[in-house]
Amino acid sequence: MKNRVIVAAGQGFWGDWLDAPRRQVEGGPIDYLMLDYLAEVTMSILQKQKERDPRMGYARDFVGAMDSVMPAVADRGVKVIANAGGVNPPGCAEAIRDVARARGADGKVRIGVVTGDDLLPRLDQLLDAGHRFANMETGAALGSIRDRVLSANAYIGSEPIVEALARGANVVITGRSTDTALTMAPLRHEFGWGATDWNRLAAGIVAGHIIECGAQCSGGNCLYDWKSIPDLANVGYPMVEASPDGSFVVTKHPNTGGRVSVPTVTEQLVYEMGDPHSYITPDVIADFTSIRLAPDGENRVRVFGIEGKPATDKLKVSIAYRAGFKAVGTLVYAWPDALDKAKAADRILRERLDRMGLNFDEILTEFVGVSATHGPLAGDATDVPETQLRIGVRGSDRAAVERFTRELAPLVLNGPPSVTGFAGGRPKVEEVVAYWPALVDKSVVQTKVEVLA
Amino acid sequence: MKIRLTELAHARSGDKGDTANVGVIALRPEWYPLLARTLTRDRVAAHFRGVITGGVERYELPNLNALNFLLHGALGGGGTVSLKTDAQGKVFSTAMLRLVLDVPDSDAQGLGLPGHKEWPAYRRAPKE
Repeated sequence: MKNRVIVAAGQGFWGDWLDAPRRQVEGGPIDYLMLDYLAEVTMSILQKQKERDPRMGYARDFVGAMDSVMPAVADRGVKVIANAGGVNPPGCAEAIRDVARARGADGKVRIGVVTGDDLLPRLDQLLDAGHRFANMETGAALGSIRDRVLSANAYIGSEPIVEALARGANVVITGRSTDTALTMAPLRHEFGWGATDWNRLAAGIVAGHIIECGAQCSGGNCLYDWKSIPDLANVGYPMVEASPDGSFVVTKHPNTGGRVSVPTVTEQLVYEMGDPHSYITPDVIADFTSIRLAPDGENRVRVFGIEGKPATDKLKVSIAYRAGFKAVGTLVYAWPDALDKAKAADRILRERLDRMGLNFDEILTEFVGVSATHGPLAGDATDVPETQLRIGVRGSDRAAVERFTRELAPLVLNGPPSVTGFAGGRPKVEEVVAYWPALVDKSVVQTKVEVLA
Repeated sequence: MKIRLTELAHARSGDKGDTANVGVIALRPEWYPLLARTLTRDRVAAHFRGVITGGVERYELPNLNALNFLLHGALGGGGTVSLKTDAQGKVFSTAMLRLVLDVPDSDAQGLGLPGHKEWPAYRRAPKE
């Protein structure tokens, strides 16, 4: 057994820095490259892409990432774990095999493909069998939106990834694995942690939480002393150097920008935190109040003392469904009286929408530069040099939303003065894909692992 | 004395549906007990009155010198449904840091809190 394993994060979401994966394998020695592509909305986007082309439905950025790290995977033993498979892990694996072939590395890449998280094909059968998929926030039954469901995926844990690694995979592709499992699984595999080794599993989850958002724990988006954080243009993405006892050090490669310190790591720890006593995952419930941090030299933070509790018998399910349409448009008003002009334009626009009898579920007006982010807490803004009027509508009637998008540009000539910033053209109508969180019994989700030689 | 939270703490926020979470972290470990004592659930709920539509939950993380607040009904429906600029609550943290706390002068002195004169005008708490 190794006494130290390094897992490096190379993507924090689909759309993250394209250079990061390559920088992580070239910047210094690592054992695993962990790439997290999936957010709540991503699965539904991928599902729509798969409907248009059955070969699609996975994070395409992963193909370029694999191309850029292929030498490290083929020749230096770096293993890759990614939830890039989206709603089509086998299709994703096919694309990666093509990359390996093109790079002359086909004999050296063994792809582990994890499936079983996709519940969409089984949804009606599961509903018929009495699984309610009640909305965790509202308690509503899924029946009310069943005909509008686009995707339904269970968040799966570390087990199938561990299995793929044990069977010799050096690239593991999953669908809706939890972000944290991507980091915890290789530690569990390397150190032989058991399925009830709660404290160590929890430590692996905390390691995953810290690095799953990429540079957000190594100086990116860090408020603490932000002006002094060096060289973000060359920011180092984070990695964990883990020990068999579950303690680990968060750090980054030498000669990179950014910073790893107790404050940068703490900011990431509290990101998207719920009840810190119970960070629930498929594998374990981690207690974030047990986490201890200590400086461990330059750009190194030691994390230890983590405690975990037995997992529940449920899995969270992420369901995406069609929920109407929306459009957001903007205009910019200049001094003098910038805010008053923007407010007048808003009144005029609303009166026109009213007169046409258009119905929306919501109309929201914001004044960017004045109150868009802090609302009334920002206080009175007098004499601002400019403000952006940002107005959005949402509703089930696509035609009404379309009509709204035609009402902004006319204000340039027939509304209040000193207006500009409309060069982007008419706002785009977007379909709203909403998120429906639910729980399902663990026993109904059977994951499957295939290792392609 | 009155002191703005931004002088005592840093923060990061995120979302879960229509709930924003704001983690508030003491700038210095020795300031955490003061935060834990004064930054109560009610104080935060009052700060966000009219900004959020739901309640506030509060959790303590003394090991991290941090408090975690869940602000319900904060994101205009949340996620893709929301029309807000900050639909995912990314900068709710900074709205929290506008909060002004009343700190007894003796505490302020004992803990070495920054005095008014050192702050740029925009960060200063309003005059008493």
